[in-house]
Amino acid sequence: MIKLIAQRLALGLMTLFAASVLIFAGTEILPGDLASAILQTNATPESLAAMRKELGLDRPPTTRYVEWLSGAAHGNFGVSLANKRDVAEEIAPRLQNTIFLALYAALIAVPLAVALGLLAAVNQGGFYDRLVNVVTLMTVSVPEYFVAYILIKYLAVQLGWFPSLANVTPDTPLLERMNLTFLPMLTLVLVITGHMMRMTRASVLSVMASPYIEMALLKGLPKWRIVVQHAFPNALAPIINVIALDLAYLIVGVVIVEAVFVYPGLGQLMVDAVSKHDVPVVQACGLIFAVIYILLNMTADILAIMSNPRLRHPR
Amino acid sequence: MNELDYLKVQHALGRLSRRDFIGRAIALGASAVAVNSLVLGAEALAAETAQKGGTLRLGLGGGSTTDSLNPLSWNDSVMIDVGFGLFNGLVENSAENRPVPELAEKYEPKDGAKTWIFTLRKGVMFHNGKEFDADDAVYSLNLHRGSDTKSGAAGPMKAVADVKKLDKNQIEVTLASGNADFPTVLTDYHLMMVPNGFTDWAKPVGTGAFTVDRFDPGVRIALKKAGPYWKADRGLLDAVEYNVINDTSARMNALISGQVDAINRADPKTVSRIAKSPTLEIVRAAGGWYPVMAMQDDRDPYTNLDLRKAMKYAVDREQMIKTLFSGYGTLGNDNPIPKSDPYFNSQLEQLKYDPDKAKFYFKKAGLADAKIVLQTSDAAFNGAVDMATLLQATAGKAGITVDVKKEPADGYFDNVWLKGAFVASYWGGRPAATQMLDIAYQSKAPWNESHWNSPKFDKLLTDAQGEVDEAKRKSYIWDMQAMLTDESGTLIPCFRDWLDAKNKKVGGHTPHSGFDMDNGRIAEKAFLKA
Repeated sequence: MIKLIAQRLALGLMTLFAASVLIFAGTEILPGDLASAILQTNATPESLAAMRKELGLDRPPTTRYVEWLSGAAHGNFGVSLANKRDVAEEIAPRLQNTIFLALYAALIAVPLAVALGLLAAVNQGGFYDRLVNVVTLMTVSVPEYFVAYILIKYLAVQLGWFPSLANVTPDTPLLERMNLTFLPMLTLVLVITGHMMRMTRASVLSVMASPYIEMALLKGLPKWRIVVQHAFPNALAPIINVIALDLAYLIVGVVIVEAVFVYPGLGQLMVDAVSKHDVPVVQACGLIFAVIYILLNMTADILAIMSNPRLRHPR
Repeated sequence: MNELDYLKVQHALGRLSRRDFIGRAIALGASAVAVNSLVLGAEALAAETAQKGGTLRLGLGGGSTTDSLNPLSWNDSVMIDVGFGLFNGLVENSAENRPVPELAEKYEPKDGAKTWIFTLRKGVMFHNGKEFDADDAVYSLNLHRGSDTKSGAAGPMKAVADVKKLDKNQIEVTLASGNADFPTVLTDYHLMMVPNGFTDWAKPVGTGAFTVDRFDPGVRIALKKAGPYWKADRGLLDAVEYNVINDTSARMNALISGQVDAINRADPKTVSRIAKSPTLEIVRAAGGWYPVMAMQDDRDPYTNLDLRKAMKYAVDREQMIKTLFSGYGTLGNDNPIPKSDPYFNSQLEQLKYDPDKAKFYFKKAGLADAKIVLQTSDAAFNGAVDMATLLQATAGKAGITVDVKKEPADGYFDNVWLKGAFVASYWGGRPAATQMLDIAYQSKAPWNESHWNSPKFDKLLTDAQGEVDEAKRKSYIWDMQAMLTDESGTLIPCFRDWLDAKNKKVGGHTPHSGFDMDNGRIAEKAFLKA
């Protein structure tokens, strides 16, 4: 068990290393040299050379990569080229906002999806099952900005229940923050609940076809007990995996939701940085996203292992 | 409060007749043009019953996490609007698009507009308690000069040869060559007055109505009242909040749901929703922003004047306004001076879509298999691809084949603009007509995208810049417009309107042809009605 977890950790670190190489190489091959991006129309050959030297761009990429990685490992991401602010300081409040919204959505979506999925599995083929299937399929199929605008149109503009601007600041109190971010949270919940609910239902149902469930049925156990006690624990691994994927999406993939609700999250920062060629910020965001993705996947793997007695107690 | 402001308030309150007000203001030394705008300003103010106090909440597009409080770096709405709240310039661009005194209460040209004497306003205090004087003005202007300045106003300030202090309240600016429009150049939003030697841009010190309360670039910027303001009729708000909302629908929704009081860049496609609302209204101003399709006059096949003429008649200008701006625009006549400019040539015949004429000139050009390739990208501006496709369609009806080549967005202005022979781009308007003509049509101008090269035009331009006599200047500028309309390779189908929207409780937010949000001066000009 511990050996397995150690293996996963080592694999995770290797993936992270590979990701860091890709991020660095990706920003290297961006069209338009960094120095010319900064100088824009003021660029003369001399000022370009001077700027390249100042930025250290005249040195080989491998040297710069090693410097960047060791800096990042110490939490030092350098200085933003656009406004000279410390990148780590700039990212911290944004990252907090992103994580807050992700947790807010996950705390509601995950229990909701699992409960809905279990209920659907219990009622397989019934009216409720079909209704939930159709509704979640709809919310999964429409793009998130569409869901967002529909919610804004009805809940913010017509009824005026919730604000359409989620412009939180670091000192916004928790309750107000929850109110301000209610609509973005609801959008995300609608978008991800469908995935998780359908995965829960499908994997529980696939377990329901196994012989030991038939045995339990023949024994005369009530259906809800079979589903919750016997089938669900054995269906956990795929459910955990899809939850991890959705959580990762909540953190790294919500740029559009951030833009629609004007939420100051990490995605918005990264988009701004890319358009201004602010490479240190882009690299830092990329690395943070990679860490989160890898961490979540690793956790999902480990939890899946732990939920499986055969893997938990290998012979 | 100085004497003039006192009179202004008295007039606004109805205690002083217009005739008395004008007489006394002129006696105080204000110029006739300036007094005229004072009268209008004071009267508009009285009509709207200005109120003191309150927080104005703005929802603005045109901000980014990379914004800073250094005026040299500004280039978009949010920081321009913040800037006019914090600082003042020497000269203001009035609602009629004319230079009027701000921190310089008087200015006079000498030697054919080559030398300018600016008399500075006395008794204006910086936020740190220091009085504004000539040293501050000299330092502030010099920030934008020299080969190593990073200022966005470095271009227009290149013409300045020297800035000199004459005494505590007078400076002398010498230009390389005469420019009667120099005061207009000083209305540029970069050219803000700061204390002598000031460098701590994170904590800006200006003479504006407000100071920074919170600065979270790309998210929210809050200003609060700095104390008594030297302009008695402005700076009435207690605080201004700038919410950066770059998504157009989000901005519209924020206004409709009442989370902000005013927005810039309303969506032309859905702005009718605002027009219908009982509590909201549109603030629309004809502006100088225009899209361009530039043919380079010295590259084949565009060297052929008849081909250029054919292209001029192949543009459906009315349809361009509808397609690009949902009707919120004015017709363009292939010259860059908009109707809102005082020097607009109103006697030029308007170019119209005429497939027959286009066909005629195209035939006359004798270039039946000319290869006409229009390079475009939405990186030029949002809609540049539509513009090219529309030209392709309308020219096609006249038998002219235009190939539309979509270029990659990244690096469009580096790799395509100024390099291709027929390229789509855009220009923001300039406050002075000569400035616009100089920057893009003077034969040696680096941004002369159509390679327009006419010694006659260059001479007219130099003459117009050095000419102080209004009538003569006007005739020179009119001639230049006529030349461009008739012969240049720049197709300018239309000008875009500035489209703001606001809650009706916001007063003092007037249309301005210069830029959105009352030419950036929303913070000091707006107030909230009771």
